[in-house]
Amino acid sequence: MRAVITVIGKDMVGILAKVSTTCADANANIIEVTQSVLQEFFAMVMLIDMEKMNCELDELRERLRAKLPDMQIHVMHEDIFNSMHRI
Amino acid sequence: MLNMTDIMETITMIQEENLDIRTITMGISLLDCCDGDIDRSCEKVYDKILRYAKDLVRTGSEIESKYGIPIINKRIAVTPVAMLAGASGGDPVKYALTLERAAKEVGVNFIGGFSALVHKGFSPGDREVIEAIPRALSATELVCASVNVGSTKSGINMDAVRTMGRVIRETAELTAANQCIGAAKLVVFCNAPEDNPFMAGAFHGPGEPDCVINVGVSGPGVVRSALKKAGPDCDLTQVADIIKRTAFKITRMGQLVGSEASKRLGVPFGIVDLSLAPTPAIGDSVAHILEEIGLEQCGAHGSTAALALLNDAVKKGGVMASSNVGGLSGAFIPVSEDAGMIDAARSGALSIEKLEAMTAVCSVGLDMIVIPGDTPAEIISAIIADEAAIGMINSKTTAVRLIPAIGKSEGEELEFGGLLGKGTVMKINRKSPAGLINRGGRIPAPLQSLKN
Repeated sequence: MRAVITVIGKDMVGILAKVSTTCADANANIIEVTQSVLQEFFAMVMLIDMEKMNCELDELRERLRAKLPDMQIHVMHEDIFNSMHRI
Repeated sequence: MLNMTDIMETITMIQEENLDIRTITMGISLLDCCDGDIDRSCEKVYDKILRYAKDLVRTGSEIESKYGIPIINKRIAVTPVAMLAGASGGDPVKYALTLERAAKEVGVNFIGGFSALVHKGFSPGDREVIEAIPRALSATELVCASVNVGSTKSGINMDAVRTMGRVIRETAELTAANQCIGAAKLVVFCNAPEDNPFMAGAFHGPGEPDCVINVGVSGPGVVRSALKKAGPDCDLTQVADIIKRTAFKITRMGQLVGSEASKRLGVPFGIVDLSLAPTPAIGDSVAHILEEIGLEQCGAHGSTAALALLNDAVKKGGVMASSNVGGLSGAFIPVSEDAGMIDAARSGALSIEKLEAMTAVCSVGLDMIVIPGDTPAEIISAIIADEAAIGMINSKTTAVRLIPAIGKSEGEELEFGGLLGKGTVMKINRKSPAGLINRGGRIPAPLQSLKN
């Protein structure tokens, strides 16, 4: 059971740190991170293992949004991407 | 491993291009609720709907949150009420009120099935239900009605067509104070599908299992934006390919949500309806896809060809993405629910005649069209007859959902709000078809060979 977290918005110091701390608090193991900064635009995709998470996906999403209110944040189960892009 | 481009594509589709699951519709058979006493029958109907659908809305919201995809509507479709009314007798409006009460209790957006299937003739209960439609739709908010008046195998029941012209008028009149909204919840079909998850025409056909989950996807905005990215230089073969690929992705999402809902609710998964269903939101329009393909405005000559290409490519892409496809499956062209169609009707680029031609190559029919309030019943009947003839001859579903704007004339507008949108009163041909309509009888079933 894995989920994908995406964070998009204006670059600033500490985005990755805030996201990973929140994940650690929720006991979600980070499996992979890809991030890039193009001009001032920050985009990050993170794959997490939610097997041992201590809260619901909903709550993790809310916590992330509260920590990074100016960024666009999505937390979605990986199956939606697999079913859409893999045959 | 998932790559960043794929992930960002999915998110852009949902965020910016209005990709959504339009509806999860639970079909429930009410055949075992029949009782000789209508009050007892209504009680059983209410209990059964509550028993089966009590978790539908909650499950929908859970799936929404798990996958981050909006599920706009949760709905219920039931066995055509005429079948129950035939057994129980009594005033069928009681069934409508029961359905309304059950729908409100479980929290769904609509409940369909105040219906009668009369393509070959009327059986007990059918006439009573049809005559009760105006009262039922004015006394309820969530109940939708439909009547099947024709089919390729049995021809067109012109007595039913004549009746429906009057019933549509009466329904609009009874809800005149409320934008004639009743008529927007009433569909007249030819070749009605038994597993359609879309309203207002959803009902649970007698050939269906006891309970089933059907899913309708949407995503005109995604198709349009894919075409826009490809630019004006690709030829129509490439356009068809792009549409197919996009439809595949959209449908996969429907398949995922449908199978998850079916698993969670413990109900068999019926079908994914591959329809491109527009909403009045900017960027969620089928008309704009046609314009992206290369028309100045929807309704221009060439609209039928562009729509034929679109409709066929959507099916080809979607069919492989889902284990079971059904329902209406095609591009919808509801005039009041599509920002591009609303503009085209307002500017005069789109006429009812052109829409009729377009319905020959797409699902579903003359949908959500506002006509002048003084349109005589026989003209409405004749419009139904024309549309049913197209469906009958071409072995496809066609439907008519007309809204006579009581007290308004050409150029004025009705504002329904929400997904139903708003519509300009369109011009109709006023030459009288009364002679044809008043003859009644049946148009015989067409030949299935010598196709020209």
